[in-house]
Amino acid sequence: MQSLKRFFNSFLLIELLRGMLVTGRHLFRPKVTVQYPDERTPTSPRFRGLHALRRYPNGEERCIACKLCEAVCPAGAITIESGVRADGSRRTVRYEIDLFKCIYCGFCEESCPVDSIVETGFNEFHFEKRGDHVIKKEQLLALGERFEKEIAAARAADAKYR
Amino acid sequence: MTELFLSAWEGLPEWTQFTAASVAKIVAIMLPLILAVAYLTFAERKVIGYMQVRVGPNRVGPRGWLQPIADVVKLLTKEIIVPTRANRFLFITAPLLALAPAFVAWSVIPFTDTLVLADIDVSLLFILALTSMGVYGVIVAGWASNSKYAFLGSMRSAAQMVAYEIAMGFAIVGVLMAAGSLNLREIVLAQAGAWGFIEWYFLPLLPLFVVYFVAGIAETNRLPFDVAEGESEIVAGFHVEYSGVAFALFFLAEYTNMILISTLASIMFLGGWLSPLPAAWVPDVPVLGALLGGGIHWLLAKVSFLLFCFLWFRATFPRYRYDQIMRLGWKVFIPVTLVWIVLIGVVHFTPWGFIVH
Repeated sequence: MQSLKRFFNSFLLIELLRGMLVTGRHLFRPKVTVQYPDERTPTSPRFRGLHALRRYPNGEERCIACKLCEAVCPAGAITIESGVRADGSRRTVRYEIDLFKCIYCGFCEESCPVDSIVETGFNEFHFEKRGDHVIKKEQLLALGERFEKEIAAARAADAKYR
Repeated sequence: MTELFLSAWEGLPEWTQFTAASVAKIVAIMLPLILAVAYLTFAERKVIGYMQVRVGPNRVGPRGWLQPIADVVKLLTKEIIVPTRANRFLFITAPLLALAPAFVAWSVIPFTDTLVLADIDVSLLFILALTSMGVYGVIVAGWASNSKYAFLGSMRSAAQMVAYEIAMGFAIVGVLMAAGSLNLREIVLAQAGAWGFIEWYFLPLLPLFVVYFVAGIAETNRLPFDVAEGESEIVAGFHVEYSGVAFALFFLAEYTNMILISTLASIMFLGGWLSPLPAAWVPDVPVLGALLGGGIHWLLAKVSFLLFCFLWFRATFPRYRYDQIMRLGWKVFIPVTLVWIVLIGVVHFTPWGFIVH
């Protein structure tokens, strides 16, 4: 009896029609596609994208060349050379991140005592020339200025969990 | 101006007139057909996209309407690569072998009662002969490519075509028994009647309709019968080595065949250009009467629906395993059609013979 029922189910294409009903229903479902360049999926304030060096509100750069990030970096992507500025304060003369080595783990950000090196939510970057993947201090500071508002907002949103 | 053209036309010798008129008719069929193929690919991507809860192509032109044009331009500008050890002559000939029968078959399709390029008496036989020619393109392509995958694909396709050609032929035998004619126009006219769609053959010949359509899907190597291509198994089957225009020709042939199968199914089982409404219901007013009465628009609507079914099947069913295809073709379809042919023959000689006319 059971096998007879199964035979008729498949012979009369009932199974197949049932499958087609499923796809037929999905034809009218609202679509889930996110039209990427126009629409974006929400990102967490903890998202770890491209790096940036921040400045204090008065324009002074935060980094004090303590080299903690260089030491903690598991990929060895950060290179720092320190020096004494004209006013006698200790600053970096060279701060480079090799983005090909970087694994975006966020340890540099965590280790930084002055919240200078941060990872922004920005993840749509590319390189057009060989060598561009090593980003210099000036570029990092420029990125910090460009994304300061987003960085500050993300830090504020995450502050109570720190 | 018109008189000038008319007098020039009259002045031509008769054979020139005939040739020019025929060429004009051929172009009038071919151009919409190629355009339909282009937009069928677009419809396919859209429909499958929608069934997978995404939106499909929508970037080129308004709502993606220019996508097929962009695809054509891309394919035409690409390089045709001929593999070093391939048989050059056959490699180039194969796409043409696949494409030509797909187009030639359209010469006998009746779009309406009067709109036929060649109204020959054995048009059904003619189409059966031509569609079986299409498999040569696939086999030659697989052989000429000198590639294992292509060869496997063409072998599979050959076996599949042989298996399903028979079931398809038997389904057609049922139709011609019911209609008493091999002429497609007369087959449609035999389905005409006072009761509209109830008189069409898809009701008395329902199993044959299903078998014909499914065998048609198998003939065109569409999912779920696309073992000849089988992306996940043998890369792209018989056309792995093809690129550019040569690949586009295979593509064109496949989609032209899809439209051809749908058109044939609607002519043989769904009453071709006939209106589904009973004749008494069609009002005798200028526009509405023409719209609800028979006409080419009904044929187009039926073909579109069947083409949608092609896409629907593709979105729904996974690929058949090779032995399952063979089992379905030989052990299910052929017996079913044979039984139904005998049934039609028997019913003919009973008082209920009017059911199958």
